[in-house]
Amino acid sequence: MKSVEMAKVLSIGFLNDSICDLKILCPKIAKEAKAGQFVEVYPDNGENLLSRPISICEIDKEVGSIRLVFQVVGKGTKLFSRLKVNDEIRVLGPCGNGYNLKGGKSVLVGGGIGVPPLIETCKQLEGEKIVVLGFRSGSFLVDEFEKLGAKVYVATDDGSVGFKGNVVELLKSENIVGDNIYSCGPKVMLKFLSMYAQEKNIDCQVSMEERMACGIGACVGCVVQIKDGDGWVYKKVCKDGPVFDSKEVCW
Amino acid sequence: MNTKVNICGVELKNPVMTASGTFGSGREYSEFVDLNRLGAVVVKGVADKPWNGNPAPRIAEVYGGMLNSVGLQNPGVDYFIENDIPFLRQFDTKIIVNVCGHSIEEYTNVVKKLQGQDVDLLELNISCPNVSEGGMSFGTDTKMVEKVVQEVKKCADKPLIVKLSPNVTDITEIAKAAVSGGADGLSLINTLTGMKIDIYKRQPVLQRKIGGMSGPAVKPVAVRMVYQVCKAVDVPVIGMGGISNAEDAIEFIMAGATGVSIGTANFINPRATVETVEGIEEYMRKYGVKDLSEIRGIIE
Repeated sequence: MKSVEMAKVLSIGFLNDSICDLKILCPKIAKEAKAGQFVEVYPDNGENLLSRPISICEIDKEVGSIRLVFQVVGKGTKLFSRLKVNDEIRVLGPCGNGYNLKGGKSVLVGGGIGVPPLIETCKQLEGEKIVVLGFRSGSFLVDEFEKLGAKVYVATDDGSVGFKGNVVELLKSENIVGDNIYSCGPKVMLKFLSMYAQEKNIDCQVSMEERMACGIGACVGCVVQIKDGDGWVYKKVCKDGPVFDSKEVCW
Repeated sequence: MNTKVNICGVELKNPVMTASGTFGSGREYSEFVDLNRLGAVVVKGVADKPWNGNPAPRIAEVYGGMLNSVGLQNPGVDYFIENDIPFLRQFDTKIIVNVCGHSIEEYTNVVKKLQGQDVDLLELNISCPNVSEGGMSFGTDTKMVEKVVQEVKKCADKPLIVKLSPNVTDITEIAKAAVSGGADGLSLINTLTGMKIDIYKRQPVLQRKIGGMSGPAVKPVAVRMVYQVCKAVDVPVIGMGGISNAEDAIEFIMAGATGVSIGTANFINPRATVETVEGIEEYMRKYGVKDLSEIRGIIE
């Protein structure tokens, strides 16, 4: 069940120049939330009417809070980044399906702002965990994955941290395999990851994104092509996704 | 206090309904609002066969509103009859089916399949700007409007509302053509065509380049058109276009609308429909309005 809540800011900070780290109190949403789901955050400034979909980075069911780590890209996210402790913000959620968490050896693959939802996913997964993160330059959240007991590999486009190249090149060079892949990142990364997973015969869940309006499946704005028999259908990222089986997606 | 309104012989408990394409068939919003509180649910466009709609991106935000180029993606009338009518019938609200097609034949196919089905009213969509055939291309020419309405009316066993496009020089001419074709009521406005360009990527935001604009920013245009149409024809009008709350809705009623639809506001506030119902009741109590007919069309 989804709710709309006026969420109180518990803490706010920055992981680097453009990545904001926000913890908000929203007990109803936190109670229902699962790893890989997202929330819709409303700017409520009169100009930017549509809510911003932001993935859930961490869930604290005891406190009733969620943590959002997002990139400041436009007017909406800039506004959220200027919130102060005790400010309130309107949030709808939890939205989408989330990851289907399985056992065995897990490989978590994140690219850029696709990294944050893997924190909660990593927390909840049991067994051996390998985390492969890709960034353009620099990195964030790496130490948090390490604290969760995962073996972490980092790739950067400019070679400033770890392996110089992209995550799929890194997976290949280290020959990283497992029983399941959980991933989130840019579409092009997910596409090549999907090919890698197929080659190695690993089940791979990909979390997609697309421009959306309502976030709950009504407007039918945020569609992706999903295989259907010999053809395809448009499915909604916000309701049918954001997590899809990589083999279902028409890349 | 009487909030009831009569639309083409069908009595609604209040004038508040949903604008087609913004509320699905009510399922998603039933988590946030009690559908029993709504005058009617106007469902997302239904075609004779499943439609894929347009490629993404389909959504762009603009100042005070949004653009969409969804293109009437829908699972088709058979799916609608099997799944959505039984769902909506669990609630005490009226069902208005928005009918879309690429051709007169496709429109009439849908309406024929809806014969004898447990729905209350039909809304003929000849105003969607996001399809290359049918939609708005039918709704911007008076002769075509009259012809489509005549043909659809022949197969309709429910009152027929015709949804008009604002993308015309004189909306009253289109309204008169629809009524002369046999429309029992009119609804307006559909979206205004619009465009947004991403100056950093140097390309349109929407994959289809042009889409339909909706949201609070279009409201004055919609109020003006509803006012003009209500003066020009003598059938019930359902007003919509940027309605976000009771104040907005009452403006449309004073302009002459019998019903009012909440569209884009649902995306901004999932409870916008019910809050509008409550707000209208509060206005009536506060200002001693016993029946909405006392304020309907009071603007000379």
